Amino acid sequence: MAARNPTDKTLGESLRERGVSRRGFLKFCAATASMMALPPSMAPAIAAALEQAKRPSVIWLSFQECTGCTESLTRSHAPTLEDLILDVISLDYHHTLQAAAGDAAEHAREQAMAANPGEYLVIVDGSIPGPDSNPGYSTVAGHSNYAMLMETVENAAAVIAVGTCATFGGLPGANPNPTGAMSVMDLVKDKPVINVSGCPPIPMVITGVIAHYLTFGRLPELDAYNRPMAFFGQSIHDRCYRRPFYDKGLFAKTFDDEGARLGWCLYELGCKGPTTYNACATMRWNDGTSWPVEAGHPCLGCSEPRFWDAGGFYNTVSVPTSASGVNVLAAGAAGAIVGGAVAALAKKQTKTAVAHRQPVTVEELEAKL
Amino acid sequence: MSGSMEFLLWTKGPMFNIAITIFAIGLLVRIAEIFMLGRKKNFAEARAGEWGPGFRTMVTRTVADPGTFERAPFNVVVGWIWHIGFLIALLLFLPHIALIESLTGLSWPALPNPVISLVTSVTLVALIATLVHRMTHPVKKRISTVEDYVVWAVVFAVVLTGWLAYYRLVNPYPLVLGMHILSAEVMLILLPFTKLTHIFTTFIARWYNGAAFGRKGVQS
Repeated sequence: MAARNPTDKTLGESLRERGVSRRGFLKFCAATASMMALPPSMAPAIAAALEQAKRPSVIWLSFQECTGCTESLTRSHAPTLEDLILDVISLDYHHTLQAAAGDAAEHAREQAMAANPGEYLVIVDGSIPGPDSNPGYSTVAGHSNYAMLMETVENAAAVIAVGTCATFGGLPGANPNPTGAMSVMDLVKDKPVINVSGCPPIPMVITGVIAHYLTFGRLPELDAYNRPMAFFGQSIHDRCYRRPFYDKGLFAKTFDDEGARLGWCLYELGCKGPTTYNACATMRWNDGTSWPVEAGHPCLGCSEPRFWDAGGFYNTVSVPTSASGVNVLAAGAAGAIVGGAVAALAKKQTKTAVAHRQPVTVEELEAKL
Repeated sequence: MSGSMEFLLWTKGPMFNIAITIFAIGLLVRIAEIFMLGRKKNFAEARAGEWGPGFRTMVTRTVADPGTFERAPFNVVVGWIWHIGFLIALLLFLPHIALIESLTGLSWPALPNPVISLVTSVTLVALIATLVHRMTHPVKKRISTVEDYVVWAVVFAVVLTGWLAYYRLVNPYPLVLGMHILSAEVMLILLPFTKLTHIFTTFIARWYNGAAFGRKGVQS
């Protein structure tokens, strides 16, 4: 990874200027080590690295999205949003959060790109109408999402796709996908793309990825979907506090039955926890207050590809997704062809066997004795 | 974009539709084939009823008589173990019941998951034993065809992937769940066109034999 902007203040300097205590800073480092699944002994190393780290310029692009990801980020507690924007990163462009508007806002993006070539991070929330789609489906300042994304990432150090729309297409990409929505990793092939999926993503995961980048100067280990292993390495099911009930075969049948009140497993109510990889069960939401399964609702599987198209939210994981008439007809035709072919083959084999039948004589049988 | 979740959704979506349709049509073809075989008209006067002997033979051919047990104890014991284990795992495991309910609206109580996992483990061992027996028994080795091994492999794959999925021994989980569903779909597709058809025809055939015996007045 290239060196960071030398003209910027170090993180330690910024923190001290803002009156952040040493104790508070170390607490943040310990929490960061914990959420990145690093041993506690790494906390001082993280503190030392962050102390000297330069604040990276961050350009946040919002495309086909609902602002839920930004809403999630504003609920970040460790660090808080203010800490993140003012101390940890230099958030130079973000539609929702920046004071500037119109030309001034766009100039801020251009200035950040020009001042930090090869060094700035691009965070994207929202999906992008692909290059073959009508560019007018989603524009910012008259530029199509696709053009703005490709222009911005050209000199970026890396791209962090935030939320399921940016990582996998999300709701805009759900069938029938009228805008031809694509994910960031579908479009950006020549830069590292880190996916922080979720609808919305866990805010601490977003900040955790940035903290990892600042600490180690590189991006974290990723899974097959480019998601940080530290946060997406285990399924909801594996870490769910209701798991013992699954293992015992105790399931809530409705949302208000005895089992639901006793905290039994929500598998039968459509929980997608077994197939969903995220850190909700360990990090929880709202400063560790709770998470959907603890609130009595099954996991929707929001951090997985195509979760909008993966059958009903309240259908059990084993239930097939809805049957398509075209598929059934095609399958029926295939079935008829296979059945006909097998019947014809069997008939041919019988005919061949009859034609080549060679009766065994008594002499031959006796010769074998 | 492709990955384990897309694979799982493919097995739960388009592939499931294809498999269930080929299975349904294939089974119809086989049943039609059996009915179209036809039988010569029987002019002899029936000596006894057909229904009683028919049902009796369904039972007597299912429960091995002492002679059969003495001749082939392995076939009887291990065959029973894995068939029953397979049926328990198929019909009394909660996710399977949910699947059947989504297709038919019918449901029934499930066995606790640990019981199913134990039964499945025993079934796996029994299935491996049947393969070893088939490959080492002098007669079975000779009479076994490629189809026998294919059928064994498909059944084994269904149980093994289900077992691996239950214990979450393959990561990511959607991959192994997709493999389990796909192997079950392959079994569904092969079912009408291989010896697996016996799932549907065994008891019908036994009833038919018993009924014929009853009509002729011989012991069923």
